[in-house]
Amino acid sequence: MLRVKRHVTDPVDHGQYARLPLKNGGGYGNLYRMKSIDKKIVEKVAHLSRLEFDEKELEQYCSQLALILSYIDKLNELDTSKTQPTTHALSSLKNVFRKDVSRESISPEEALRNAPAKDGDLFKVPPVIGGK
Amino acid sequence: MTKYETVIGLEVHLQLATRTKAFCGCSTDFGAHPNSQTCPVCLGFPGSLPVLNEEAFNFAIKVALALGCKIQDLIKFDRKNYYYPDLPKNFQISQYDMPLAYDGFIDITSSGQSKRIRIKRVHMEEDAGKLMHTPGYSLVDYNRSGMPLLEIVTEPDLGSHEEAYDYLTKLKAILRYLKVSDCDMEKGSLRCDANISIRPEGDTKLGVKVEVKNMNSFKNVRSALEYEARRQVSAMGSEEKIVQETRLWDADKEVSNSMRSKEEAEEYRYFPEPDLVPFVVDKRNIENIKSGLPELPEARAERFTKEFAMSEYDAGVITSDIDLAEYFEESARLYKNVKAVANWIMGDIMAALKEKTISIKDARITPAGLTGLLTMIDSGAISGKMAKDVLLEAMDTGIDPKAIVEKRGLSQVNDRGEIEAVVRSVIAGNEKSVNDYKAGKTNALTFLVGQVMKSTKGKANPSIVNDILKKILEGGV
Amino acid sequence: MEKLHALTAHELIASKKSKTEIATSIHERIEAVESKVKAFVRINNTSSAGTSGVLSGIPVLIKDNICVSGEETTCSSRILTDFKPPYDATVVKKLKAAGAYLIGKSNMDEFAFGSSCETSCYGPTRNPWDLDRIPGGSSGGSAAAVAADETIMAIGSDTGGSIRQPAALCGVVGMKPTYGRVSRYGLIAFASSLDQIGPITKDVEDAALLLGVIAGYDEMDSTSVDMPVPDYKRSLVKDVKGLRIGVPKEYFIKGIDKDVEASVRKAIGVLKDLGAEIKDITLPHTEYAVATYYIVAPAEASSNLARFDGVQYGLRDKGARNIIDMYIKSRSEGFGNEAKRRILLGTYCLSTGYYDAYYLKAQKVRTKIREDFDRAFKDCDVIITPTSPTPAFKIGERMNDPLSMYLSDIFTIPANLAGLPAISVPCGLTAGALPIGLQIMAKPFDEETMLRAAYTFEQSTEHHKLKPKL
Repeated sequence: MLRVKRHVTDPVDHGQYARLPLKNGGGYGNLYRMKSIDKKIVEKVAHLSRLEFDEKELEQYCSQLALILSYIDKLNELDTSKTQPTTHALSSLKNVFRKDVSRESISPEEALRNAPAKDGDLFKVPPVIGGK
Repeated sequence: MTKYETVIGLEVHLQLATRTKAFCGCSTDFGAHPNSQTCPVCLGFPGSLPVLNEEAFNFAIKVALALGCKIQDLIKFDRKNYYYPDLPKNFQISQYDMPLAYDGFIDITSSGQSKRIRIKRVHMEEDAGKLMHTPGYSLVDYNRSGMPLLEIVTEPDLGSHEEAYDYLTKLKAILRYLKVSDCDMEKGSLRCDANISIRPEGDTKLGVKVEVKNMNSFKNVRSALEYEARRQVSAMGSEEKIVQETRLWDADKEVSNSMRSKEEAEEYRYFPEPDLVPFVVDKRNIENIKSGLPELPEARAERFTKEFAMSEYDAGVITSDIDLAEYFEESARLYKNVKAVANWIMGDIMAALKEKTISIKDARITPAGLTGLLTMIDSGAISGKMAKDVLLEAMDTGIDPKAIVEKRGLSQVNDRGEIEAVVRSVIAGNEKSVNDYKAGKTNALTFLVGQVMKSTKGKANPSIVNDILKKILEGGV
Repeated sequence: MEKLHALTAHELIASKKSKTEIATSIHERIEAVESKVKAFVRINNTSSAGTSGVLSGIPVLIKDNICVSGEETTCSSRILTDFKPPYDATVVKKLKAAGAYLIGKSNMDEFAFGSSCETSCYGPTRNPWDLDRIPGGSSGGSAAAVAADETIMAIGSDTGGSIRQPAALCGVVGMKPTYGRVSRYGLIAFASSLDQIGPITKDVEDAALLLGVIAGYDEMDSTSVDMPVPDYKRSLVKDVKGLRIGVPKEYFIKGIDKDVEASVRKAIGVLKDLGAEIKDITLPHTEYAVATYYIVAPAEASSNLARFDGVQYGLRDKGARNIIDMYIKSRSEGFGNEAKRRILLGTYCLSTGYYDAYYLKAQKVRTKIREDFDRAFKDCDVIITPTSPTPAFKIGERMNDPLSMYLSDIFTIPANLAGLPAISVPCGLTAGALPIGLQIMAKPFDEETMLRAAYTFEQSTEHHKLKPKL
């Protein structure tokens, strides 16, 4: 889907960014002080996410992530040392339970209907080597 | 020669005995047909959402309070992210930095010494499915996925494999008293992993920690830790290095084997579970639950020593399992001689239970049946020896002892006339023994009593036999 | 043949036309224009369901990330090809019970990652106002179909603006309810703490009608709120006298399209003339909203998308030698580039060593953003802003530039972070005849005031009557 028009080592096109400044009058400000991200870290993150890339793709994602992370860095302008994090939009909602009452399960047939591979009523997968 | 001490911490996973799973309404019954107790939630289908089982939560709070823990002010769940086919969402709903409860303890008595084992944390999480390996592929059954688990972690306070065993026994007793789980390692409702290291005696710094898994009984935990401690000590004395790793216990070969070591530390990317809101238990509620806790093993044992004048040891044995304690108490209500009840339970009954590997619940002799039997002994209706056989038969067949005695005609013979007749006949047929006895050999009497018992097929009342024999032998005709 | 497909739901209900006539009209329209608009991924050619209810026979299009039992639900991703969930989402259950005619599934950005509908594995939907332009995203298919009269009503999902932005770009009404107002059970999750399902319709009255059907407490969703659902029809009155409207200066920055700004200012003027009180307010942390969102949302998404691994459903690489290989190959084949980018970003932000600096930090800034609104709502009843800084851009224009794509959501993201209800209504066209949206935000669970303000504005202008020439 993504058509990469330029090779990754081309300079970033600042012209496009200037269209949407975030502070009155400015561009992205510190874009030229762009972060770079270690390829090894991206490889590790890719493995954690069970994704693989070839060299070219890896470099591409590295530079895109670097750009995004540079932008995200602006959060460091804020002092949040005394602020509580928001995990839930509805901070007042608490203690939501269900009663220990049984609810009909689905049949094994329904559970396995989309299974790419099965053996009777069990899901089948390629061998799992080693432990968790 | 350096002396080493062992440092052990135990991690117990307990399946809570609720009717339904932690986050959905599927049944928790054991042994069902594969994937027949599943739904979009515990299968982790896209779009599904968890809702916490209130009973599971209440059970968790009960356990935490029974273990003397502090309850967290704000209880939240976290996602533990990792990939494995038995984990349908590839994350587990668990608790990370704010577990349900913390800072508790269990007091154990090990080798006569009392010791406090600190409980570091108690938290709730969901179980994964069951993975089965065959050559060429693996199979997954998600019936177990989503079962409510409680994880109980100790500080590294256990100093030996024996203490570990004692801790587990005590913990199980408490949990069974609370009726929150059947704690059956065979069924998998209780699982235990251990962390063990050694250090020179007196040192406070912890040594290299080894994780030991795959111990499927308390005895196996004890054996595995004994083996591992020994292995580590001998490694210290040799060139072999103790490496931080996970080892699996092989119960057949009685050794532990290293699992393929992991290249990197686990990276679980814990973050607060956004699909569950936080939970708060207010102080008043905590007090209510605390005061509503059932009498726990220690308290019960203490009461038994007072109420039934039992020894500490006896009280400890009888209260070690809730079913046993309840059986005893009901028997004690029906029959005044508490010591006799305790002896029979701790002796013949427990021996039979052990041999049949069943629990008192499956013993097939009710408290009424037992006390009935004891009453028969008291009245002389049967002998004590006969009663032991009757007990075993009752436990085998489930037939009431009284009925067995009647059916088999085992009633003790108490009629002096009847017994005298047999005694005279035995005396007549055993001239040598009679003379031996008169010559002062007292075991000759035992022999003669034995002959009377044999002749009456054990039914003669032994004390009456003794009495009559002596009278006749000493007093003449 | 009467152009029934061009009517609103409330007009159709009042017309008392039969279900068959309505269905015929809709299908004729779909046949006529769908090859140009490409809003649908699946068209339901069966006849309308039998149930009668408040939406009897009214065609409703469902975004393809919402589960309909036994029907393919793919989130416009290859990784969910052929996936047929064995259950209905709660909102689908409610729609069926209300007699709605579920006309099909609409195209979207893959897993809702996008603001243009271009990351769909099926290719982009077109904006009916200009077929070379994007319809907005991620509920692009739903918005385009409503604008093109290919459906009477539609359902979308909104995590950072995915209902409101396409609604604005397609000249229709799109609403994101308060977080917790509508059940998320059955919505394939993107970012659990931000997602909400909401209506996309031709006018405010239809939005109120549809909201009334889908809103309500659901015991299957721990984050749904047990509050009674008001009769939203009662908010449909033209009255803004004394209504305090906050206009935040941070939403009128240099760089927004000048036609957009002019339209929005004019719209505010209309409300002022009708008796509303306009107040200049400040929401000082607005400039941090996009950065906050692009940590929180991908982080939650990276975890929510971990389940797509080929084990139980979806795409599986059949040649894999072992399970890890299967995970890696299936996911690498099945996910598109934007999905991979967000998964990487999210995983990174949650990793040891980065969690505090990114995820935790973002959740704290989120608190500050919410506090900005809490303060503002002490003196305002609603807050009005543009929905999108620009009208629809050309297909392909921002695909190479993820960051500029992300900035399309700059005005819609704050409402998701704060959990507020927000609606976009058409407020004019640019010089190039592209629709412009006006966003109205209200206090949590105050959809009524928001609908009243929206209805008043709409009924005092003619913008909602404009239709694209297809």
